[in-house]
Amino acid sequence: MKNVVLLAVDGSEGSERALSHAMSRAKSGGAKVVVAYVIEWSPYSFNTPEENAERHNRRESEIERANSGVVVPAMAKLADAGIEAEGLVRHGKPAETLSAIAKEVGAAQIVIGRRGQSGVKALIFGSVAGNLVQTAPVPVVVVP
Amino acid sequence: MARFLTFLLAALVLSGPAFAGIDESINTFTAPIAKVIGDIVFFKITIGGAGLPVVVLWLVVGAVFFTFYMGFVNLRGFKHAIALVRGDYSDPNSAGEVSHFQALATAVSGTVGIGNIGGVAVAVTVGGAGATFWLIVAGFLGMSTKFVECTLGVKYRNENPDGSVSGGPMYYLNKGFEERGMSGFGKFMGTFYAIGIFIGALGIGNMFQSNQAYVQLNTVAGGALDGYGWLVGLILAVVVFAVIVGGIKSIARVTEKIVPFMAIFYCFFAIVVILMNFTSIPMAISNIFTGAFTGEGVAGGALGALIIGFQRAVFSNEAGIGSASIAHAAVRTNEPVTEGYVSLLEPFIDTIVICTITALVIGTSQVADPSFAGDATGVAMTSAAFERQLSWFPLPLAVAALLFAFSTMISWSYYGLKGWTYLFGEDQSMQTVYKIIFCVFVALGCVVQLDPILSISDALVFLICVPNILGLYFLAPIVKSEMNKYQAKLASGEIKKFKH
Repeated sequence: MKNVVLLAVDGSEGSERALSHAMSRAKSGGAKVVVAYVIEWSPYSFNTPEENAERHNRRESEIERANSGVVVPAMAKLADAGIEAEGLVRHGKPAETLSAIAKEVGAAQIVIGRRGQSGVKALIFGSVAGNLVQTAPVPVVVVP
Repeated sequence: MARFLTFLLAALVLSGPAFAGIDESINTFTAPIAKVIGDIVFFKITIGGAGLPVVVLWLVVGAVFFTFYMGFVNLRGFKHAIALVRGDYSDPNSAGEVSHFQALATAVSGTVGIGNIGGVAVAVTVGGAGATFWLIVAGFLGMSTKFVECTLGVKYRNENPDGSVSGGPMYYLNKGFEERGMSGFGKFMGTFYAIGIFIGALGIGNMFQSNQAYVQLNTVAGGALDGYGWLVGLILAVVVFAVIVGGIKSIARVTEKIVPFMAIFYCFFAIVVILMNFTSIPMAISNIFTGAFTGEGVAGGALGALIIGFQRAVFSNEAGIGSASIAHAAVRTNEPVTEGYVSLLEPFIDTIVICTITALVIGTSQVADPSFAGDATGVAMTSAAFERQLSWFPLPLAVAALLFAFSTMISWSYYGLKGWTYLFGEDQSMQTVYKIIFCVFVALGCVVQLDPILSISDALVFLICVPNILGLYFLAPIVKSEMNKYQAKLASGEIKKFKH
């Protein structure tokens, strides 16, 4: 079976760096890269009725934006480098969802960029990479 | 949008103080109409000295029927409802769609309102402690009615070309009767319902709420806001305008987030007060049971207590009126019946939990000191019961009442809008017309004492439960077969849990 690397992207600079790292690794190891974008979402939020009624649309456009803005360009870069790539966009809690995807696609490792938030911000909002390191079912590479 | 806002502001500032004069003439003009409509809708039959409004009987008979017909789904489906809300059965692939929890939370914030705080006090004042017992029974039976109407709301909703959804009684009445070859009748019922929910949204979903919020604020301010109703109304109208027309999501999001915490905060301190009155608890509970069956000191005895209890429960949880099915229709599910299960938690939270807690706060205070509230009734009575133990509570209670009123207005603005779009189509500019009308009524609610208009709207909201429940009887077999099919799929493992 081919080695699978799960690459977490969000369009930030950190995720660009993660992409180049995953690219160089995958090339030397002959691995396949799964590019995953997780849109932060919770099923337990409180919405107005109008937001609920339009939610289906919103979801589609969020996925569309993530795909065309981040996932597809990343896949194109990978393809240019001759690396097999697959794209995924999901809604959910980032760390939890990435772990679930890793299991699903049988990833050998997860590659994620660091946002480099200040201490206070990270304390309040938590850090996706930090959470992932604590909870992921496979080794996590955090690209600085 | 900014021009609209300035226009609205200017119009209200200029005419605000003038409203105070014209309400008199509007009242004289509409009072006879209100009386006629009220007399018809709330037509009472007298049994053993107690007046029983036929419409309440209609709702209760419906709720009892659906409870038996659906095989006590209100009891048997309870555990499954909780599992659905927790997301145990949610497919991870549909993450990002409206979840069961979100649909329930939105519908609950539409029903938890002034009625949970003030309405219960009215029930206890008029119907005695025994009314509480019947309130709980009505809440329990209402769960079955909700189950039926919310399942239908999802099943017969419209998916608009732009991907948004429109659902509710007007859609299931229209389409459901059409399926049975009665399309003319279905069209009539759907239109009738849409008109009723539109007018109801301007009254009890709007003017009544803004009015009560103003009254409560003024009480806490010690009357300092006397004569400033137009200002409070204007501020409220502008905030509502910003949310529903301006699409300023942040305000809505903040309220929608604060309201559940306010509800928890309210329940928490209510339990604190009940515990502080602990020596009175056994007596208060025994009063509820003896009152329920003897009706001591209540006009019409036990039956009087029963009527009051049932009436208040319907006012509070809206089971049978069909409004909540409009909110529930937004959920994404392949099985409409799942939303029915979820919705049965609504009367439970609203009536069996929150109303009962309020009733116990008042009941225990009454046992400890029968004259604790003086002549006060409604929200003021509940406020006094809290104040006996926690002197600082009236202020946060007023804030809670204001927020409850606000979130109820936002929910009802949507219910009314769906009635409006059913009648006039999904055209955006027509929707804006409706929303502006809605905001004007928010301001009006604080300015003028338009009791007749309120009674008209009140009556209409109850009147629409006539076509709604009639439709529910007709369509109940469909709901039942959906329920049985779904249960079979659960049992066979075709529908499985994603979370364990």
